[in-house]
Amino acid sequence: MKRSGAAFWIGAAAFLAVAFVMTKVIGNQYPFFAGYVILQFIALAVAWSILGGYAGYVNFGTSAFYGVGVYASVFLVKAFGAPLPVQILTAAAIGALMGFALGLLTLRMQGIFFSIATIALTIIIETVVTNWRYVGGAAGIQIQRPPVTAPFDNYVQLLFFIQAVLVVLAVAISRYIQNSWIGRGLQALKDDELAAECSGVPTLRLKLLACVISGALLCAVGAPGAMYLQYADPSSAFNLNYSVSTLAMSLIGGTAHWIGPVIGAIVLSTTQQLLTVTISSEVNVLVLGVMLVLFVVGAPEGIIGLARRIFHRSNEGRE
Amino acid sequence: MDLLLDAVVTGVLLGCFYGAVSLGLSVSFGLLDVPHVAHPAFLVLASYGVFIINEQYGIDPLIAGLLITPLFFVFGLIAYRLYYETFEKRGSDAGVRGIAFFFGVAFIIEVLIIIQFGVDQRAVTADYIGKSWRIADTRIPYRMLVAFAVAAALTIVLTLYLSRTFMGRAIRAVAQDQEALRLMGANPIRVKQWAFGIATAVLGIAGALLIIVAPVDPTLDRAYIGRTFCVVVMAGLGSMSGTLVAAIILGVAETIVTTMVGASWAPAISFAMLLGVLAVRPQGLFGRRS
Amino acid sequence: MTMAPEAPAPLLRIVSLTKRFGGFTAVDNVSVDIRPGERFGLIGPNGSGKTTLINCISGAFRTEPGTVLFRDEDITSLQPHMRTRRGIARSFQIPRPFRSMTVAENLMVALDFAAHEHVSVAQRRDTMMGILTQMGLASKANAAATQLSQVELRKMELARAMATHPKLLISDEAMAGLSSSEVDEVLDLLMSLASHDITIIMIEHIMQAVMRFSDRVMCLDAGKIIAMGTPSEVMANQRVQEAYLGT
Ligand SMILES: Nc1ncnc2c1ncn2[C@@H]1O[C@H](COP(=O)(O)OP(=O)(O)OP(=O)(O)O)[C@@H](O)[C@H]1O
Ligand SMILES: [Mg+2]
Repeated sequence: MKRSGAAFWIGAAAFLAVAFVMTKVIGNQYPFFAGYVILQFIALAVAWSILGGYAGYVNFGTSAFYGVGVYASVFLVKAFGAPLPVQILTAAAIGALMGFALGLLTLRMQGIFFSIATIALTIIIETVVTNWRYVGGAAGIQIQRPPVTAPFDNYVQLLFFIQAVLVVLAVAISRYIQNSWIGRGLQALKDDELAAECSGVPTLRLKLLACVISGALLCAVGAPGAMYLQYADPSSAFNLNYSVSTLAMSLIGGTAHWIGPVIGAIVLSTTQQLLTVTISSEVNVLVLGVMLVLFVVGAPEGIIGLARRIFHRSNEGRE
Repeated sequence: MDLLLDAVVTGVLLGCFYGAVSLGLSVSFGLLDVPHVAHPAFLVLASYGVFIINEQYGIDPLIAGLLITPLFFVFGLIAYRLYYETFEKRGSDAGVRGIAFFFGVAFIIEVLIIIQFGVDQRAVTADYIGKSWRIADTRIPYRMLVAFAVAAALTIVLTLYLSRTFMGRAIRAVAQDQEALRLMGANPIRVKQWAFGIATAVLGIAGALLIIVAPVDPTLDRAYIGRTFCVVVMAGLGSMSGTLVAAIILGVAETIVTTMVGASWAPAISFAMLLGVLAVRPQGLFGRRS
Repeated sequence: MTMAPEAPAPLLRIVSLTKRFGGFTAVDNVSVDIRPGERFGLIGPNGSGKTTLINCISGAFRTEPGTVLFRDEDITSLQPHMRTRRGIARSFQIPRPFRSMTVAENLMVALDFAAHEHVSVAQRRDTMMGILTQMGLASKANAAATQLSQVELRKMELARAMATHPKLLISDEAMAGLSSSEVDEVLDLLMSLASHDITIIMIEHIMQAVMRFSDRVMCLDAGKIIAMGTPSEVMANQRVQEAYLGT
């Protein structure tokens, strides 16, 4: 356990170092534009899985949290000219509160009713923001980027690196939860809530905790989005595609282990980035739909489930 | 005050229309427990089917809707079979994966429509579209009256079907107690598949209404997820007449908010009502006895 | 024979407990005291409300009128996990294992969350292996819960309940559907668990098992207590015989 912990942190440090070195050696801006989106989806998928994967509460409200993150930044920039770290931290705090409220409101609902309620919350918040003139209303709002600070030469590179940090943060938290009593409790309540309660698991409190952590991370990941696009409008910030993509990535990767959403997000968002460039953005929604259906039908445990099965079979073959 | 009366009249008509587009879901989700979030996508697909027939052959949209119902019935049979084989049969967390599955299906339908027709709005032509009926100061568009009449007829037909025919009673029975049905010698899976077929077939006509009432675009289904689920959950799962009543409540609420507060708040109404209902009754308003 | 020594305060006290489902009364004004260290048999025909009563004691259902006292504390409005932590554990009539886990992990959930004091991971593992050994499941520690046989599942449920370190263990038909040798096996287990510190309520349809096990037996019919006393007294009771023959 100790050794795998060290390996994880060395890997995380190496990942950040590579991300940083990339900003120094790659002159072309495009890889950072595309890379930012991929990193953002990895972080979203990992954050989503804390509630959706470990606890099995399928949250369709990723777009709500993401959009609130974006608009938290928009508001802070417009009102106070707040710097990026303040935007992200504030978004995280709002996301935690939102997660708490969502949890209180919806965690008594079972299965599909919970999912529908989270969709409902998304549309309601989107409608509120659409009617909020100060942040641009339905038409959207332009955002001015501040000058970039050293050691970066370019704001997109800075955002790319920040998103890489958020990925590491999300993965570290998810991994901690998975290996701790929290993860065991969530897994138990996912399997059977009553049996978990009767084994001493405080299911409601654990679910609320998962909601709060997941919500804080989802919002934080959305926060730099405003600066990334230099523009925000409600129908893109709250687009249902974020919810479905995030869900699809987690299911495709597999939700039993923190690495699942990472793999799923890399596979799906890389494919989408390539297709957007080479064909069209419609096709990448098609790919999303087709992959989601294929995996849900054919590989319910996702890629890590497939890998485990293959691994087991080859093990048995050897014996 | 006149404005309010106006809004109520318009709202009732709009509500009946919402009822018509929700009836299918009231069967598939309300009675069969299938988390059919692709229901609105099928609805929009039906509208495009009606659009093609209307444009190519100049056939009245309602008749076009009737023409595509057999096709949609078959769609429904296939979709349920697929759902059953992959989810219900395997048992565990069918709901969770099922909803993801249907979202995938909805996205695929959306994109296929975009690829075929582009993102522009499409409309149909018929005599009753564009004209309206004046009584005193109120103008009621004929297309809303058509929607109202068809919705009422559909509700009556479905209610009669479910209460008077053998198959209809079997469908109601399967929602309550599969075992009892099996003891009666009927195959519950067949019954459910048939019911899902009916639920989807109804979409043929509902899709015609959708495109009669207003022009249609490929992502319109997203606005109807809230409306249809709101109606079905409010109605009490699986009740046809309840569906019509709930839909009228929604229609009136939306129209009043639109006239009093502004159209930009309308999309939130159905979802807010849905959330309200679910918060009070986590298992749906009149959660079926299990 | 009838003499359980006049014990001090009851461990569990149920006072006029009623549970309704819609208009249907599943448990009807039941009052009973369970003494510490007692082996208590609960019988009654199908649908008589035994499981419902257990669900009210363990907190799965809220009781409408009625009070549940455990060690002199009113626990009527506590959530199930709080009751578990106070020392009430149960098995389920239809086993409810954590399906995605191994047998060992199933027990670890209970040890992690219901533990009364903080103990190290290593100690918890020792406790777990101890319980599994006692239950004859040691060889299955790393088997997936889904791979267990019926009798193993029953034992695992009891083991998981034991892992919460209970003062009161409620076993809901742990022997249903088992072969007669397996019934003896599980019965011996329950006998060995019963001690001065662990009180057991056993729900069972198999009469020999109830007779052998119980100090005292209560019979429910249609949610009401129709008999209470020593096993032989209850078996000889006219109404009990009618209730069983009548169904
Ligand atoms: N959740 C519920 N909702 C509605 N009715 C219920 C519920 N749980 C139990 N019942 C009803 O309450 C009555 C008592 O059921 P219970 O399960 O307590 O019986 P039991 O004595 O445990 O029977 P068995 O020996 O078959 O296990 C039954 O008629 C049952 O149908
Ligand atoms: Mg029972």
